[in-house]
Formats: sequence, structure tokens, C-alpha cells
Amino acid sequence: MTRTPLRPLARVLEARAKGENPDAIERENIRLRHERMRDRMRVRAESRLLMMAVMFVMLFAVVGARMGVLASTEPSEPRASAGGESIVAQRADIVDRNGRLLATNLVTNALYAQPPMMIEPARAARELAKIFPDLDEEELVEDFTGKRKFLWIKRKISPEQQQMVHDIGEPGLLFGPREMRLYPNGRLAAHVLGGAGFGREGVHSAEVIGVAGVEKAFDDYLRDPANGGAPLELSLDLTVQATARRVLEGGMKIMDAKGATAILMDARTGELVSLVSLPDFDPNDRPVPLTEGDPSDSPLFNRAVQGVYELGSTFKVFTAAQALEMGVAAPGTMVDTQGPLRWGKFRIRDFHDYGSEMSLTDVIVKSSNIGTARLAQQIGGDRQRVFLERLGLTEPTPVELVEAPGIAPLLPARWSELSTMTISYGHGLSASPLHLAAAYASVVNGGCKVAPTLVRRAPEPGCAERVISEKTSRTIRGMLREVVTRGTASFAEVEGYAVGGKTGTADKPRPRGGYYEDRVIATFAGLFPAHDPDYVLIVTLDEPTVSALGEAQRTAGWTAVPVASELIRRVAPLLDMRPEIEPGPAFGVKLTGN
Amino acid sequence: MTEMVYGTVAARPGEPVLPRWWRTVDRWSLSAILLLFGIGILLGLAASPPLAAKNGFEPFYYVKKQAVFGGAALLVMFVTSMMSPKLVRRLGVLGFFIAFAGLALLPVFGTDFGKGAVRWFSLGFGSVQPSEFLKPGFIVLGAWLMAASMEINGPPGKLYSLVLALIIVAFLAMQPDFGQAVLVLFGWGVMYFVAGAPLILLIGLAGAAVFAGTVAYQNSEHFARRIDGFLSPEVDPTTQIGYATNAIQEGGFFGVGVGEGTVKWSLPDAHTDFIIAVAAEEYGLVLVLFIIALYAVVTVRSLFRLMKERDPFIRLAGTGIACLFGLQAVINMGVAVRLLPAKGMTLPFVSNGGSSLVAGGIAIGMLLAFTRSRPQGEMSDILRRSWR
Repeated sequence: MTRTPLRPLARVLEARAKGENPDAIERENIRLRHERMRDRMRVRAESRLLMMAVMFVMLFAVVGARMGVLASTEPSEPRASAGGESIVAQRADIVDRNGRLLATNLVTNALYAQPPMMIEPARAARELAKIFPDLDEEELVEDFTGKRKFLWIKRKISPEQQQMVHDIGEPGLLFGPREMRLYPNGRLAAHVLGGAGFGREGVHSAEVIGVAGVEKAFDDYLRDPANGGAPLELSLDLTVQATARRVLEGGMKIMDAKGATAILMDARTGELVSLVSLPDFDPNDRPVPLTEGDPSDSPLFNRAVQGVYELGSTFKVFTAAQALEMGVAAPGTMVDTQGPLRWGKFRIRDFHDYGSEMSLTDVIVKSSNIGTARLAQQIGGDRQRVFLERLGLTEPTPVELVEAPGIAPLLPARWSELSTMTISYGHGLSASPLHLAAAYASVVNGGCKVAPTLVRRAPEPGCAERVISEKTSRTIRGMLREVVTRGTASFAEVEGYAVGGKTGTADKPRPRGGYYEDRVIATFAGLFPAHDPDYVLIVTLDEPTVSALGEAQRTAGWTAVPVASELIRRVAPLLDMRPEIEPGPAFGVKLTGN
Repeated sequence: MTEMVYGTVAARPGEPVLPRWWRTVDRWSLSAILLLFGIGILLGLAASPPLAAKNGFEPFYYVKKQAVFGGAALLVMFVTSMMSPKLVRRLGVLGFFIAFAGLALLPVFGTDFGKGAVRWFSLGFGSVQPSEFLKPGFIVLGAWLMAASMEINGPPGKLYSLVLALIIVAFLAMQPDFGQAVLVLFGWGVMYFVAGAPLILLIGLAGAAVFAGTVAYQNSEHFARRIDGFLSPEVDPTTQIGYATNAIQEGGFFGVGVGEGTVKWSLPDAHTDFIIAVAAEEYGLVLVLFIIALYAVVTVRSLFRLMKERDPFIRLAGTGIACLFGLQAVINMGVAVRLLPAKGMTLPFVSNGGSSLVAGGIAIGMLLAFTRSRPQGEMSDILRRSWR
């Protein structure tokens, strides 16, 4: 127990001495002290209450002043337009290199309902279900009679449908003006264009935004009002694209392939004149992405850009070019092709046995894995990697598709000597067909590096970045021409267009390691005309088979090459190229210039 | 002689109740309250028909309801204001425990009326929000505890009252009802301040609040975005605040005219939280300033009268109620003019309401009872002054 001091001590003691009860004195004392304390506290509370009062006066004054300020300003926006901020829906058109329309806008309407304004919800639901068979009448009735005050029914409707909805005569069914993106060519160039969807959506307008392809890559540009509606000009040629797609689709069916892609690139500028990937889709009605399974099975998958494959023997050209450039070998140098080539526990074989040695030209023409691997050994892994880097085969392509930056070639984890040897003939490094197109263009156009692009671009004078010398490029072109005249790509011969090119057949890797025996990626990388190439063409077929000579043929020479040659035959005239047919000797006439 | 025979005439303990009440009550505050109530009815005539139409009642259903509950509230207010402070204290503490029991039982018996927060008891003919009644009860109990702590050898009432406040805040936060929780905390803080909180502590708390706010602003993106959104000068005209701002601007100084306003059609809370916007639109800045002045009169006059009060309990309880009343008005109007972030809080006596009006009547009745003039030892003050 705490002892409280007796106060006032003197008087308490005195009272005790007199035998009086000191409690009364103590109480009196406490009362007096209490009184004094109260007074003290009241004085303090007085000032604090004054502070509170002043604070409240200030608060009320601030609110009042703010009210006055607001009342004296004009309303910022007229009431009529209080429905929502305006959404800019103007989106520039997209045209091909000749100004033909690839994507444009169409005014349409969105249909929405305000159930509180409805008079006959049940009838409205019934009539709507008649007009739009995909709507469920019962669900509509539920929505219209429930608590909802607003619901979208259809994002885009045609004028005919709009008229039919008008005819229902239901005041609770309303239209919101919309601009929708229209791709008049349907599936043509679907993967390039990508598609567009609605972004922020209001009753009075909706934002159109790109969701894939150039529509997304150039989204800001297309929506920028500062461009004044100037269309985006792509490098594609609509007629070439249409032809290429048709030929490739036919080829894909004949070769029983599950997918195919064709890339036609201007060899000097890197402009993509045509880019087809099959199967494709209609960008007006984009399918939903696959939620399970392999995304590369979706029609949305752009095989030319997103598909990374081991592209097989087409890579041999890079090995040969580097060997020539470094002086390791000349076209006539004999290369050891005695097989099989053992490396540790691995063996490198050729498709046929080509004897003990052959010239470098023949290594390319006959496509000898062993010969290429030997050359790669002499070049060395580091230098091979540097060379492939300069060709752009180790990083994503700079093409203007939103999908492109994420697609980097798959490189070996460790660039060992075995990797060097396999990469020399196109195994162990996976790249997209577009990578291959750009690298081929760089090698055959005289040695100037090109960057693939989808935007129309003027040719640049001179050579910005040299990959190989003019002389090496010329030699390679000669070899590629020989592949067609007497080598694996003999079906590629198109009279008058001097096609050159290289085949590549690579077994497809199993998802769980190892390779399929009977599934290949067949590629033809070509150029025409070989002596001064204007265009590079890549045709890749996924799992092709064709029966010929009494058995199932899968090699590119049987599958990709015939498709490519048909493609060149049909497309070259559209590209304003004249066939240069050497007059036969029977004419006895010598052509002296044109 | 008569006295010697019959004894003295029984001495009357004082004047009759009503005259004494009229002599001592703060008539200015009383008039202001009555005026506010009248304005509430007037604005209800304009603001509530759209809601009545929406809910399928006759146009002036809510006005009549307001009049009935308002009448009850005024009656309660008059009766309470006639009580002695001691009786007020007793009933207040009793009321506090009843209201607290109601608050604690909310999770079991309460309803949320589809608004996501369980704050009400549904009684068939109307609803009761216990936290409305809890506020004046808590103020009285808290003030009593604090006053007791000022006695010599008294209990540590300040600590008790803080614990009590925190318990209530926890219950309110559970509902959740952060607006009322803030009010309860504020009420406690005001009483603590007047009861003599150390200034250093107050400065420290203010500093800590500023520091915490800065840290939160810099580290929490969510918090920063909310603050930025509040500070940004652009108002989305489709939000409640946007409509309210627009209404105030439309109204200008003298309003668009009685019944001509349009904001009541677009604002779901036009008759409660945003009634000041209706007032501003239809009657202009003039009425708004008049309303503000009325609230200021009640709050500031009460505080000034309490400055003379010698009894610590009366002083503290009166301060708490007056400040809560003022703060609620400031917050409501501050939201409408975008000085404060949006928070549902009614404008006392003006906003349409049922049981909350009665609770308001009780609170104001208590305030009037506390601010009645009493002998306060003014002479000793005068003497003390002259001695200095």
C-alpha cells in the first residue's frame, strides 16, 4: 500500500495531540487543493478551448472559401457531355507498298441495353435471340428483369442487324457508335497485320487498339493524331502476298505438311515483300489463343517469326562463306569427306557416301555434313560464333512485329567443338525462317548486312555493314546456282530466272529429347536471279511427306523445293522481272545486250 | 407569526423548470439547430423525390419521414437539454452500455442492406445504427473517466478512456466503418487535449503522422496514387464528386432556382451525403454560407461557453460533443468541395435520416444541457484577475 502523506502535517499533528479527529482537516485540505487545481486546469483548458474554437472557425472558413471559389468558377464541362471523356478512335489505315488497303476503319454500332428503360423485356429478349442466334433468350430475360441497369449485348453489329433491332421498337435497347477495324483482304497477311480489339470502352465511343503484329507494334504511331491520318505503308506487295499464300497453301496440302511458311525478301533492303505462315486466321475475327497444348499449333502462331527450328543444311552456306572469306579453302579445295566422322561417341554421317574427298563447291552442291564439319573444325568455334553473330543469327530480329523481340535463336549452352561441327550444317542452333532469310540476303547480296523490315524503305546507297567481301559473295552465289543446276535442289529450276539456293532437311526434335525418325522440317533457301539477286525466298514446310519413286520422300529437295520453284514461277512476273532465256544454240543468233 | 404557527413556507428548490431552462440555455445555438432542421426539410423537398420515385414511394415520402423523425429528435433534444449534467451523465453512461451491446451484437443480428458493411439493425419500420448512439454515450463516459482522473487520488481515467476508445474503434473497423471510427478517435483526442495533454506529446504525434504519411506516400504506390488522384485538379465529371463539384459551379452565388437543379437526379446520395450540393445548386452560395455559419455558431459558441465551465466533466463532455458535431459538418462539406477524399458522412440535422436524426437530437440535447449557464464562481475570476 502506498502511503499518502498527511497534509497539512502541522495541523494534523496538532489535532492529534488534542485528541481530535484529523480527517476533517485532511478533507478540508483536499477540497482546497482541489479547488485550486480546478482553477489552474480551467485556465489551461480555456486557452486550449480557444485554440479549438479558432481551429473550427478556420476550418469552416476554408470550406466556405472553397465553396465561394467553386461557385464563382464556370462549370468546367457542359452537363450534356458529362457522359464520359471522349475517346479518340481515329486509327490510321495500313496499306501495302503500292498503296492498296490492308487495314481500315468502318463505322458500326455497339448494342447495349438499359433494363430500367425497357417496356417489354421478355419480348425484347425473344426478338434479340431471333436476330442474333448466338444469344440465349433465357439469359437475356434474366439480365433484363434483374437488377442490372446496363449491359452490353453486342460489340459490333451490321447495319442490317441494327435496323432489325430498331424494328423491335424497344426503348431500352440502345446503340453506341463504334469504329471497328476492318481487314478487307481477310486471311491475307493475317500474321503481319495481327489484329485489333477494343480498349477503353464507353457508350459514345471506344478505343481501337492493336493486339498483335504490326497493329500492336505501331499502335502508338497509328493512333497518333499528329500524323494527320497518313496511312502506314508496309513493304508487303498485296498481289505477291496473295499468290505466295495460294501457292504455299496448295504446296502444303500436296506435301501433307501441318504447317508452312514462305518469306520473300528484297535481298538489298531487307524489305519483306511477302510473309506467309500457314495455317492462318482471319484478323477480322481473331481466334482465341490456345489455353493448353503447344502454342505453335494455334493458327495465331507466326511460323516465319515465332517458330525457331533447326534449319539444317541451309546453314552450310555460312560455313562455306566463312571458309572462303578466311582463306581456309577455295572453291576448288579438296575437303576430306571420308565417313563416318567420329567425334567422341558421336558420329557424323552423310545422306549418301560421297567418297573420300570432294571440292568445297561439291560439298555444298551435294550437301556433305562431314565436309562442312571438317571446315568448321578448321574455322574454330569462336570465329564461327562471331560470324553468325554478324549475320544476326544469335539475337531476335529487328522486324516490326510485336512478337519478334521475344524470339531469340536457341544457342547451345556451351559452344563446344562438337557444337561447332553440328552448327556448321545447321543442327544445334535453332533460328526462325526470318533469321535465315536475313542472313541469306546478307551473304548473297554482295556481303552487306540487311535487317528485315516490314516498312517500305528506300534502298541505301553503299554498304552500311559488310559481312563478307563482294568476291566471296559472288563465289557463294555461283555455288548456290550449281546446287540448283546439278545438286540437291534441281527441282528449283525456273527457266529464265536463274534460281539459286540450298536445301535443308532437319529431323524434328521430340519434346522429351531425341529426334523423330519420320518428321522433318524441310527448308529451301533460295535467291533469284543468282547472278545478281533481287530477292531471297525461304520456304519451310513442317512435317512434309510426298510419295515419289515408290517411297515416302521427306527431304527438302522433294518437298520444299518444288513448292518454292512454283512460287518463284508465279511470283517473279508479278515482281516485274523478265525471264532471261538464253536463246538455244540452234538459233545461231548472239544477243548483244537488250 | 404565521411562520411560527405553521412553520416556514416550503422553500421552492428553484424557479420553474421551463423559465429557468429558457433563461440559461444557449438560445443562439438552439435557434441555429432549429434553423438547420428547417433547412434540412426544405432541401429534402428538393432532393428526395427522385429517390422516392425510384423506390416506388409517393414523392414526399422521405420528407414526411424526415419530419416525423426530426420531430422526435427535437423532442428528445428539448427533454435532454432540460436535464441536469449529472442526470445526463448517468443516462449517457447507461446509454453507452446499451449502444455498445448493440454494436457488439451487430455481427449476429445486424444487416448490411446490401451495402457491404454490417452497420444496422433492421426493425421493420426503420433501421437503427448503434454507432450513432454510441458516439454521445462514449463522449459522456470518456469525459467522466477523464474528469475522475483529475480528482486527487482519482483513477487513471485517461488510460481507461483510451482503451475504451480503441475497443470501439476495433468494433467499428470490423464493420467496416472507418468514418465513425475516425470520429470516435477524434472525440477522444479532443477531450484529451482539453484535459491537458502534454504539448510535447501532441507535437510528437503530429510529427509522427506527417512522417508516416510521407513514408507511406513514397513507399506505397496505392496510397500515392490515391493521394495524387485526390490532389490532381481534374475531376472525372461522372463520379459523385464530379457531379457535386459541377452542381456547386452551376449554382453560382444565387442558385439556379428552387426545384430547377438537376444534380439530385444523377447523385444517388443527393439526399444524404451530398445534400450540400443540392443546396448549392438550387439556392446558391448564399444558402451554403448560411448553413456553414449556423454550424460555426453552434460549435464555436458552445466552445466559448465551455471556456467558463468549472466542472471538468461538463467541460470535457461538452467539448467532445461540440467538436464531433462541427467535424462531421466540416468533413461532409469538405468532401463535396473536394477538400477531403470521399467518405460517407451525413450533414448533422440537414441530411435525410431516421434514427441517426434521433441520435443527433440526443447529442445536441446533451450539448445544450452542458452549455447552460450556471454559477461558475465568476467573482473569484474577477478577483483573481484584479490581484494580478
